[in-house]
Amino acid sequence: MAEDRIPLVEMRDISVAFGGIHAVDHATITLYGGEVVGLVGGNGAGKSTLMKVLSGAQHSDSGHVFIDGKPVTINNPRDAKALGIETIYQTLALADNVDASANVFLGREMRTAWSTLDDVAMEAATRKVMGRLNPAFVRFKNPVKQLSGGQRQSVAIARAIHFNARILIMDEPTAALGPAESAQVRDLIRQLKREGIGIFLISHEIHDVFDLADRISVMKNGRMVGTVNKSEVTTDEVLGMIIGGTRPANAKITFAFGDAPAAGA
Amino acid sequence: MVAEVSGAPAHRAEGPTLGIVGRFMQATEVDARLLGMIVALAVVWVGFHIASQAVFLTPRNLWNLSVQTATIAVLANGMVLIIVSRNIDLSVGSLMGFIGMIMGAVQTQLLPPLLGWDHPATWLITVVIGIASGALIGAFQGFIIAYLQVPAFIVTLGGLLVWRGAAWWVASGKTLAPMDTTFQLFGGGGHGSIGATASWIIGLLACAGLVGTIVSGRRQRRRFNFPLRPVWAEITLGVIGSAAALGAVAVINAYPMPVGLAKAYATAHNLQWPDDGLFISLGIAVPVLIAIGSALIVSFISSRTRFGRYVFAIGGNPEAAELGGINTRWVIMKTFILMGVLCAVAAMIATARLNAATNALGTNNELYTIAAVIIGGTSFAGGVGTIAGAMLGALLMQSLQSGMQLMGIDAPLQNVVVGAVLVLAVGIDTYYRRRTA
Repeated sequence: MAEDRIPLVEMRDISVAFGGIHAVDHATITLYGGEVVGLVGGNGAGKSTLMKVLSGAQHSDSGHVFIDGKPVTINNPRDAKALGIETIYQTLALADNVDASANVFLGREMRTAWSTLDDVAMEAATRKVMGRLNPAFVRFKNPVKQLSGGQRQSVAIARAIHFNARILIMDEPTAALGPAESAQVRDLIRQLKREGIGIFLISHEIHDVFDLADRISVMKNGRMVGTVNKSEVTTDEVLGMIIGGTRPANAKITFAFGDAPAAGA
Repeated sequence: MVAEVSGAPAHRAEGPTLGIVGRFMQATEVDARLLGMIVALAVVWVGFHIASQAVFLTPRNLWNLSVQTATIAVLANGMVLIIVSRNIDLSVGSLMGFIGMIMGAVQTQLLPPLLGWDHPATWLITVVIGIASGALIGAFQGFIIAYLQVPAFIVTLGGLLVWRGAAWWVASGKTLAPMDTTFQLFGGGGHGSIGATASWIIGLLACAGLVGTIVSGRRQRRRFNFPLRPVWAEITLGVIGSAAALGAVAVINAYPMPVGLAKAYATAHNLQWPDDGLFISLGIAVPVLIAIGSALIVSFISSRTRFGRYVFAIGGNPEAAELGGINTRWVIMKTFILMGVLCAVAAMIATARLNAATNALGTNNELYTIAAVIIGGTSFAGGVGTIAGAMLGALLMQSLQSGMQLMGIDAPLQNVVVGAVLVLAVGIDTYYRRRTA
């Protein structure tokens, strides 16, 4: 990637501690527009916690977040959404008892001139965005609890992309899906990337990451082992980083733990 | 009691093999649970009518039933939102008692020396102070629950004790009476009813409102080319709803004023008093109007506003609501403020009806309210519940109690029956949900 551009997102020197445990330990990561950064690591490596700091669901103990090079303060999910940061959580984070459009617009409902809920307009907008994601979907009146895993996933994604996100965080987006639905999500990620959206992709599935990501950031025990360009490494080398925390000899490593955090390094 | 009679769940009834009932249910999108409750209520009413030698289903008894249900119905409105958002309020009965005493003290002790007895502004000042106290206490409890994260069960259990004690302290246990003359109208009775003509107007307004809702719903859906319900289904719903509203008014209006009151009315209106008496309808009682009005308002809030949507979303998945950017704490606090206001309204009705404020007012009402809400289909696990269901639940509870009173069944046995019905209703409902999940 062109490293002299200003990154869309830079999370610099972020730390999060739960009690005495450093869930995230001075981690730094960047994301450019139109780029997919795969964030990988074992269980408890701190991937989800680091991303929760960006989506406003977790406070960091230290460190700074920059959007377009400007420092920002993200105290809660509302702040993040106002900055164009949308998140698709591993648990999908849907309110099971209400329908698809209520979930898509949760927290950002459309209202009529009387400031009552404009359910019909919201349903129309939901039909439009779902038509793009999952044209077969018709159960707009059912609570999402009654939907299949893939349909629920579509609702979660619809919620993220309807509001013109600039930055998308996807936490294990294909974990609950069958092969056909996973392929659909992969196509969607490529499409969003072409539209210039920056995507953080958290995944256990190393092949998904290699398939979709431009760069790969590896975390272990809360620390950033390093960030590599996908084209310069093999899956084995990345697995070595995940498991052993070792850095491949011939690849260019950026933002490794212990390096001086510097913008545009 | 609730679900056993509700037949096949609507969403399962698909395909060409549907019977006429299934087709009707699907086309009208009527909630199977609500329909089941109406059938259960009908069974109870007819059962009591037979068992009480044809006394239960008389205009007189139904008029009384409507007034007796009003207090619990008002409380149930707020309790639905509290339980839907996965909380509970055990303090409503005590809070009613405390606010009742405050309103009693305002109109019997505070205002008379300043304004004189029965001043025209007395009732208004009393009501404003009562509702403000309710909102303030609700906000206080809600703040502890939402922001300090003390479980609602504990906070309101404390409230149950605290506000009952506070009710005693307002007048050191004395009963405050009588209430202001205008204030007494909130309790219903001879003067606190609106008469036949106004009742018919209310009935016609209800019909107009129903038809208006159906028509504007269709227009909205047509705007976006959404599938519409079949016209016959809309017309059937409109006709059944209008018939129910007008039928209820007709029954209420069939209950005449007692002779003494009617004579006074005739004198006041310069009417000739014939030998066989005059038939003057009482009409709908003011507390019933208040209960219906608050049900309409809370229903509107819960289905048409952001706040209502958030209450349900929090009940469905609190974490998702929080991640969706909803200020969940403030939403929870607001549900308790609303509950406090409704406690004040209920206290207003109960003190006016009793024509006295006592520190025991509202004792056990929290339990009857919760029971009515749960029987009305609100899930204790949160996320599910309707105002209409809670109103029917309150009516069903009150029907059981007054039906048994009519039959001369002892109070202890009445409690046994009501308790058993509560457990049975929830048990059947749980079974039904699991089967259709």
